[in-house]
Amino acid sequence: MRALKLSLALGLLTMAACARQATTTPDPRVGLKAGLMDAGEAVSNLKILANVPPPERFVGSTNSDLAFTGNYAIQGNYNGFQVWDITNPGRPVLKTSYFCPASQSDVSVYKNLLFVSGEGTSGRLDCGAQGVRDTVSAERLRGLRIFDISDIANPKYIANVQTCRGSHTHTVVEDPKDRENIYVYISGSAGVRSPRELPGCSALTPDQDPNSSLFRIEVIRVPLATPTNAAIASSPRFFNNLVAPPRHGDAPEDIAARKKAVADAKASGGFVVIVDGTEQIARQQTTRQLLDSIVVARGGTGAATATDSAALRASIQSIMDARAAAQPRRTGPRPGPTQCHDITVYPAIGLAGGACAGYGFLLDISDVTNPRRIAEVADSNFAFWHSATFNNDGTKILFSDEWGGGGSPKCRVTDKKEWGADAIFTIEGRKMNFQSYYKLPAPQTSLENCVAHNGSLIPIPGRDVMAQAWYQGGISVFDWTDPKHPQEIAFFDRGPVDSTRQGSGGTWSAYWYNGAVFSSEIARGLDVVELTPSEFVTQNEIDAAKTVHQDYFNAQGQPKFVWPPSFSLARAYADQLERSKCLGKDRLASVRQGLASAETSSGAQRREGLLRLAADLQNDARGSCDAPKIGKLATTARELAGIQP
Amino acid sequence: MTASHLVAVVASLTLGAGVTACSRATRVTPPAPAPQTSRVVHGDPGGIAKAKADSARLPYTAADVHFMSGMIGHHAQAIVMARWAPTHGASASVQRLAERIINAQEDEIVIMQQWLADRLQPVPEANPAGMKMNVGGVEHVHLMPGMLTEAQMKQLDQARGEEFDRLFLTFMIQHHRGAVEMVNDLFGSYGAGQDETVFKFASDVNVDQSTEIARMEIMVQALKP
Repeated sequence: MRALKLSLALGLLTMAACARQATTTPDPRVGLKAGLMDAGEAVSNLKILANVPPPERFVGSTNSDLAFTGNYAIQGNYNGFQVWDITNPGRPVLKTSYFCPASQSDVSVYKNLLFVSGEGTSGRLDCGAQGVRDTVSAERLRGLRIFDISDIANPKYIANVQTCRGSHTHTVVEDPKDRENIYVYISGSAGVRSPRELPGCSALTPDQDPNSSLFRIEVIRVPLATPTNAAIASSPRFFNNLVAPPRHGDAPEDIAARKKAVADAKASGGFVVIVDGTEQIARQQTTRQLLDSIVVARGGTGAATATDSAALRASIQSIMDARAAAQPRRTGPRPGPTQCHDITVYPAIGLAGGACAGYGFLLDISDVTNPRRIAEVADSNFAFWHSATFNNDGTKILFSDEWGGGGSPKCRVTDKKEWGADAIFTIEGRKMNFQSYYKLPAPQTSLENCVAHNGSLIPIPGRDVMAQAWYQGGISVFDWTDPKHPQEIAFFDRGPVDSTRQGSGGTWSAYWYNGAVFSSEIARGLDVVELTPSEFVTQNEIDAAKTVHQDYFNAQGQPKFVWPPSFSLARAYADQLERSKCLGKDRLASVRQGLASAETSSGAQRREGLLRLAADLQNDARGSCDAPKIGKLATTARELAGIQP
Repeated sequence: MTASHLVAVVASLTLGAGVTACSRATRVTPPAPAPQTSRVVHGDPGGIAKAKADSARLPYTAADVHFMSGMIGHHAQAIVMARWAPTHGASASVQRLAERIINAQEDEIVIMQQWLADRLQPVPEANPAGMKMNVGGVEHVHLMPGMLTEAQMKQLDQARGEEFDRLFLTFMIQHHRGAVEMVNDLFGSYGAGQDETVFKFASDVNVDQSTEIARMEIMVQALKP
């Protein structure tokens, strides 16, 4: 019991440390009372609209991902899925639930179809709860379940597509060139099935078997007219030749530290060589050996002279390059991920973000059945690349690291800020450049599983804001408009589900859908929260976000937000110009006055008022520190002028 | 948790090929107290959740227990190896990797111990020398796949600087490959991996350690000749 006692002692220490933290940096999330349905709560800049517990058959079973269609939220659960009527987000009503156990039951929708992932070895074709004990069995389902939800109150289980590694997660992809089919990318890294259970499956490496089930994803084609004919269309491999070095994305302080070390070495006569495109200091042992051989080569003895050093300085780079080239080829299984955990497609820009074990990928999906890798990043601070989110402009991408698989408490005061966090990259010329990490800023106890997990953008115009689930760390809403300085703007957290041990709970996914953030609570049901105005976000910005309407939403298929012209949108831009101080006080007052009188007037008076406002703004843009935003405000005024009230 | 919550349980368990493990008395923690009947009423999701979570569990097998027990010692050895990094002159990147291994595997030991305790199974100590087994009345320590022998541990402990980096990475790759082998053995056993926690935990070990193997292979290659 030594180890257990030790870990308990560590746990107590962690909690003591949290308490200390609370006195120096008071965060209401520290020290919350534990409890499954009566835990202490801390909320900031959010209003809790609803919490509904799961239906009886799903109590005690893990709630997983969410998808949305019309007025419904579909919530996956390891026992099946639940359909909530969210017409009134303050009062979700259970429409139906479907009992069909599978882990992890991640869900997506497309028109009348619902897709559900099955990965675990206990999943059954007949939806039974008894599991599958045989290692090879005709009763097992690992792959994609397809339901017809034309009548959402009565989902019909119409088809399966079995895959070699099952489906941990999946991504619905629309092909703009193909309106007759919908495509589904299957991700997951569980073990490969026996070929006796599913013909063609192979756990050998591609060197041993070109048909290896490793190092590939599956693309399923679902004919919309005959979804029962869904089948695997292709198994693209985009993991080849990964050479990204296992060092962490260059934070400014790392680059500075490395440059300083190299500069110091150069100043003191050290030898510097370029390895993998980066200047490094050559090891003393190596340079000593090389100098000795130069001395021997000229027939001399004793210590190397200044001439010898100069000779080495001139040739060390080519010597090191030759040495590197002569290194024996690696043997054994090749490195690199054998699968992706999750792929987020952004069809509007033709790109996808692949979160694939040790790497983050940028994929070109213009040929939907043949996605191609165009860039990759690796980071020694990242354990497991879990999911990706683009900003709305497609100029940035955020990857999350689900360090510890979601079952471990990675948000303790002792856990590093850059571990189990998000990494933010800018996308420039089809390359990803590291900017910063974002991690839940409030420490959690060692009883709470906590790490970066699923989230989605909140359509606040002109800003990159997202809600994200952190398991028992709760929901964190943060702004990453400035990719180097992401900042939390709202949160909702509960105490641990259990005060005596590490229980499983917390929020799996937190997604914005038509005005509110819906959170799938693993143990506690469905939570609904909405943003409230604060120093970080104004009522106008929230109102503008609410003008964006989606007919359906899967977080792994990112839609491009487009804001219809509205007075809220114009006022949101004005508020942002006030925040950035890029429009003078007097002009702001005048713009707001102009918008208010236009809103209450009509006909030619309104039209002319708005056009005059737009013209004045055009002048303001010159010399402003944020001309593009003033331009957006002017455009909105012009568009409003064209709309009959 | 207080001492009064610890109970001694005498358990004997048949593991795999007629091997009986840990037949001596072992202190284990009992599962969380069952909710009182009066609390399990309609509208008390907390009570129902606990009761349901217990009853809905798919049966676990000896292979599941063997995996969860054996991996504790396996992890313990990795932690000992990793703790040497700062004192044995490891490079910054190896130290960072070692720090991650310690953090990850300490947390995972808690998961395994909790899973075993919840099922009233003997909870092995985190013994870096391997898993204690009782074969024919004689207790001996069994090395799980990939674990370093005493000689290898000694070799690593004596290495310093670049030599430590090279040995650490080489041995940790061997160690991690053994963990992946244990996962494959588990899923190749009848009835194993049906339990939700075991499936998730074993799958995570597989993917996390495979990812780390790939990373370490690149690090070994990057070591200067």
